[in-house]
Amino acid sequence: MINFDYIKANSAKAAVDARIKNTSSQFIAGGTNLVDLMKKGVSTPETLIDITGLPLKQITADTNGITIGALALNSDVAENEMVKTKFPLIAQALNAGASAQLRNMATIGGNIMQRTRCTYYYDTVMPCNKRQPGSGCGAAQGYNRMHAVFGASDKCIAVHPSDMCVALAALNATVHISNGKTDRKISFVDFHRLPGNTPELDNNLQSGELITAVSIPLNSFNKNHYLKIRDRASYAFALVSVAVAIEVNAGIIKSANLAMGGVAHKPWRLTEVENFLKGKNATGQVFKDAAELAMKEAKTFEHNKFKIKLGKAAVYEALTIAVG
Amino acid sequence: MDKQIPNESRRSFLKNSTALAALSLAPVAIVKAAENDHKIASLFEKLPLQLEVNGKVEKLQVEPRVTLLDLLREQLGLMGTKKGCDHGQCGACTVHVDGKRINSCLSLAVMNNGKKITTIEGLANGDNLHPMQEAFLRHDGFQCGYCTPGQIMSAICCIKEGHADSNDEIREYMSGNICRCGAYPNIVDAITEVKKGGLPL
Repeated sequence: MINFDYIKANSAKAAVDARIKNTSSQFIAGGTNLVDLMKKGVSTPETLIDITGLPLKQITADTNGITIGALALNSDVAENEMVKTKFPLIAQALNAGASAQLRNMATIGGNIMQRTRCTYYYDTVMPCNKRQPGSGCGAAQGYNRMHAVFGASDKCIAVHPSDMCVALAALNATVHISNGKTDRKISFVDFHRLPGNTPELDNNLQSGELITAVSIPLNSFNKNHYLKIRDRASYAFALVSVAVAIEVNAGIIKSANLAMGGVAHKPWRLTEVENFLKGKNATGQVFKDAAELAMKEAKTFEHNKFKIKLGKAAVYEALTIAVG
Repeated sequence: MDKQIPNESRRSFLKNSTALAALSLAPVAIVKAAENDHKIASLFEKLPLQLEVNGKVEKLQVEPRVTLLDLLREQLGLMGTKKGCDHGQCGACTVHVDGKRINSCLSLAVMNNGKKITTIEGLANGDNLHPMQEAFLRHDGFQCGYCTPGQIMSAICCIKEGHADSNDEIREYMSGNICRCGAYPNIVDAITEVKKGGLPL
């Protein structure tokens, strides 16, 4: 790993000031992704700004819902009683990601900010428009089994690797951001970007901005399930995942929120499927039709054609388990 | 203080090398070289770090890029913690920081200032092995043994976290520790036995 200057920030303002002052700098908290990227030479910041001393670890509930500080650990959030009872989808998604050790290190803000695990992004001798804009996309014509089937561009076909973010997108969460002077909020579904012509930008965070918290509104979903399909039973990134939050009364679907992971550059909300499900009976045939609709617009590459069939099966299965 | 001497020497060497180089360089290049050397000198700077490792307070100096794993092995001579993949994928480097299991290969040492670290060397009390160490021996929870320190450190927390209530739960919450020899069934048996034994961990 190349060496770097290390600064420990004692306030959000100090962290942001240091970030602006040092052009080649990055915030570090859990470090589970960034340290790895630095070892590989993918990220080469000259300065790391340690934000773990900031008071952003609290998980607080109010009448609107829950607010989770950006520095709360993935494991602490997954074990939080209110998260487990009111937002089981979040706890399930968190526990589906990484390992117990990594969840003890990784923070909520870091989970949101983690980079793609596209192997071309990680391999510095390969072309990658996300790592080195203009160098090309190695995956488009390469080995693209793990890659996107929705929203890709000819510049980038990588997927966002987070499980938690899929659940947050499904539950209409909000990201709280500070630039040290003013605060702003951004809807979770609008936080991450599609690659378009600027795949180097994963999200809409501006330079010098810091995520301070994520809030999730209370909901009336009485059936929730996060289904993750991967190459082994645990500790692997998703091939396809589905977050289902659904309200069913007397067999009728009153409302449904669905999002998919492992299929796009951002958590992929299934708005059309949600509209289709509303008011219908919660039956196997309806779920089958919903699954067809979910994958209708999918565009595959040489090695990920299986994701259409797998995606349909996963949507059907997630809905079935959720209402079961 | 003596630990800082090499630093001082390296810094003066870098400064001197700039002065020598200056004799043969154009003015613009001299300024540039001086800037670079200043940067290099500051990048090599070691930071003070205090840790409690297996109950003993350690006062150290580290470059920011040193991981907790490398610090334990190379500066403190605690070779029990293993470097497997060095990328957080295998769990061989698992240690406890303030009682929580983490991958020491992905943790910068300097970010652990003031924390309590427990490694595999800190488990036994003299010749009396920790219950989890004994259980791994009894159940033959290893073949080559390379992943074993990480497995044992992780296994203790798996029980403490309350995630050892069934074989499936143990497998799920131990999935961050890879065993290339495939000793998994015996590892699960060892953890189950310790969990049922109810001894303090």
